[in-house]
Amino acid sequence: MTHMFATAAGGATSLLRLTFIDLVIIVIYFGAVLAIGFYLKKYARTGEDFFLAGRKMTAWIAGLSFISANLSSLETMGWSAMAYQYGMLGAHAYFIGAIPAILFLAIVMMPFYYICRTHSVPGYLKLRYGEGPRAIAGVTFSFMTVMVSGASMFAMAKILNLLLGWNMNVSIWVSSLTVAIYVALGGLRSAVFNEVLQYFLIWGGSLLIPILGLIEAGGWTGMIEKIQRHAPVIHPTVSSADFTSLWRNLGSFDTNPMGIDWFGMVFGLGLAVSFGYWCTDFLQVQRVLVAKDLRSAQNGTIIGAFLKMMVPIIVTIPGLLGLAILLNPDGSPMVLVPESDPRAGITHHTYNEVLPLLMGKYLGPGLLGLGVTAMIAGFMSGMAGNVSAFATVWTYDVYRALLVRNASDRHYLLMGRWSSIAGVLLSIATAYALFLFSNILEYLQVLVFFFIVPLFGAILLGMLWKRATPAGGFWGFLTAILVSISMWIYVHTFPDGWRPQPKVTLSRGAVVSLERGADGKYNTIVVESGEVELVNVPGVSGGEIVTPVTIPPTVAGKGTDVAVQILAPEVVLSDKQEKTGFGVEAVPVVLKPGIKLTAVQITKKFAPAAFNPKHTKLIARSEKAKPMAVNMYSAWWSFVVCVCVTFLVSLFTKPKPESELKDLVMGLTKLPDEGPCPWYKKPILWATVCAIVLVAINIIFW
Amino acid sequence: MHEHDKQIPIWFFIGALLLVYGVLIAGAGIYGAYNPPPETQRVALWHLHADIWWGALLAVFGLIYVIRFWPSKEETLTGLAEHGQEK
Repeated sequence: MTHMFATAAGGATSLLRLTFIDLVIIVIYFGAVLAIGFYLKKYARTGEDFFLAGRKMTAWIAGLSFISANLSSLETMGWSAMAYQYGMLGAHAYFIGAIPAILFLAIVMMPFYYICRTHSVPGYLKLRYGEGPRAIAGVTFSFMTVMVSGASMFAMAKILNLLLGWNMNVSIWVSSLTVAIYVALGGLRSAVFNEVLQYFLIWGGSLLIPILGLIEAGGWTGMIEKIQRHAPVIHPTVSSADFTSLWRNLGSFDTNPMGIDWFGMVFGLGLAVSFGYWCTDFLQVQRVLVAKDLRSAQNGTIIGAFLKMMVPIIVTIPGLLGLAILLNPDGSPMVLVPESDPRAGITHHTYNEVLPLLMGKYLGPGLLGLGVTAMIAGFMSGMAGNVSAFATVWTYDVYRALLVRNASDRHYLLMGRWSSIAGVLLSIATAYALFLFSNILEYLQVLVFFFIVPLFGAILLGMLWKRATPAGGFWGFLTAILVSISMWIYVHTFPDGWRPQPKVTLSRGAVVSLERGADGKYNTIVVESGEVELVNVPGVSGGEIVTPVTIPPTVAGKGTDVAVQILAPEVVLSDKQEKTGFGVEAVPVVLKPGIKLTAVQITKKFAPAAFNPKHTKLIARSEKAKPMAVNMYSAWWSFVVCVCVTFLVSLFTKPKPESELKDLVMGLTKLPDEGPCPWYKKPILWATVCAIVLVAINIIFW
Repeated sequence: MHEHDKQIPIWFFIGALLLVYGVLIAGAGIYGAYNPPPETQRVALWHLHADIWWGALLAVFGLIYVIRFWPSKEETLTGLAEHGQEK
């Protein structure tokens, strides 16, 4: 069977074109954040000011910052892409994948974090278990923040280059120096204020897209009807899957596009990933630790939960709209592909471009500037959040804990400022490293799972079970990290060898003639001149061709025929002498004499880009599990291992005396009396309302 | 921190920025309505003039914040002071 791929993405022109007014809006944003940074410098005079914003934040600012730190552009573009790929299941990240964990943090965990007056989550580990777990958490967290910050820079530079044609070096240096200036000057307060600002910009710049999209799609029912019509064309490998339900399609692995069942969703995403991320990722927790009192910290967290439930309006709905209303000029659905797809950026747009494509479709001069500003603000705020968290953890949990123990507050404040700048420089170095090893970007999200989920297991037991011992916490944490990494290696290991799909790549400038059938599809591609690279095409050797060679449309694989992909990023049509680009598969290719041919056979025992179905089945209970499903199940097993090992080791080792666990463990922590509180400010009330709203949303979109 | 210094709350910054953006976007929309671009260069649903009403909405929202949180002695960085406490 011949598959035609859309050629909409061909060509080197930018996806979006900015006008003067758009540039003015962007420049004003940079001016504003720098002005705020300089203004806030005078309020960062002590370590507590710099690292914890003086613990003066109101519930609203803490809540907005808490959610905004998580609403970076990688997040908004990434989860729009998820909605395009997995349909409405993508919204679970904002419902069961966040809300129960955020409410748990607010009601159960926040009192411990707040009352023990820790500067950081690793700091809590030190108080509860000792230096060992703190050192692991401090070092891994510092590493992660720099990696994620660098990835954010790299992604921003790449996206701005793709969308607007901006020079990548300029994007990286301008944005990172701006972040370095305002974080080094104002510390966490500066980061928090810019996050609050960014939250308003993101809504102001993004909310129009779902409004206009739904108008064009004919309302909600019109969008759902179009998705059901287009999804089998866009995602043929899961053509029978239901893209428009939250739970109805989770009865088995086959009925949803993620290849997951309800157990994986509830326990993998809803428990392990979600609780790990929201309850123990210091980047998040730091945002509410800075509240002026415990009640504000709790209410701020709950405000964050309400705000989080609203985010699918600007993230999930655009992804769904991508399935419904993004069309090719001939009216057929536009097919987007994953970043790892060889056609990405040549003949096809990628999943990650679904939001920018909609921006280009609906936003005119001025609005587009605001949309791009929101995107830049999202990236920069993501960097600032990571850099400020890095500065805190580095200064308190690595530098002060391991290197210089008893210096003055002024010394640590200075270290905080310099480590903010160092964090930005390390992030820049990471961003440039990603230029060389861009595929690392795909694995960064997995990196978070490696450390965050085990951390949650250790902290949860530490808070709720006074018998958990320092040895139990250390070994549970470490073992779960190792198991997590082992599972990742296991699902990407191929004892019998993995062979990438056979591929024919035509060099830039190669001359071709295309023979089409009556239906307009290609019957044969004839390559007249140029260079051709073959990957995993058997029976053809390299060198200059003497007699015509025909590459068959399919080659024999293990038990089934595999289609040969043909990629032509930029070739010349022999009859019209016009440049074109295309990507097709399962079309015979004829190579004329004189063509220089390179032929390679690739077989790998370990391939991070591919999943071994047999191994996947053992981890995620289905051979059809998609990467996200594998991540969720891996997180679940890692959490189980952490809890079991901590429990077992604790049974055989000596616990800390109760006097040392005061204010750290349930049953040994007395909540402070914060005075009378009107009923409408009680955290438990709003947590209950939030939980009811969550249940209602899940029933409505069941 | 000096609680009694004259401080500019973050909400004022947000209001000011949204006001400026709203005016610029609505202005660009009004200019575009009177000098329409060629049909091939128009965004989808151009006839709804989203830039005009969305810009106006942002400007009104920003103006309310600017007026409500105009810097004064009683204010702190994070909001209005109320009985010696930050609200």
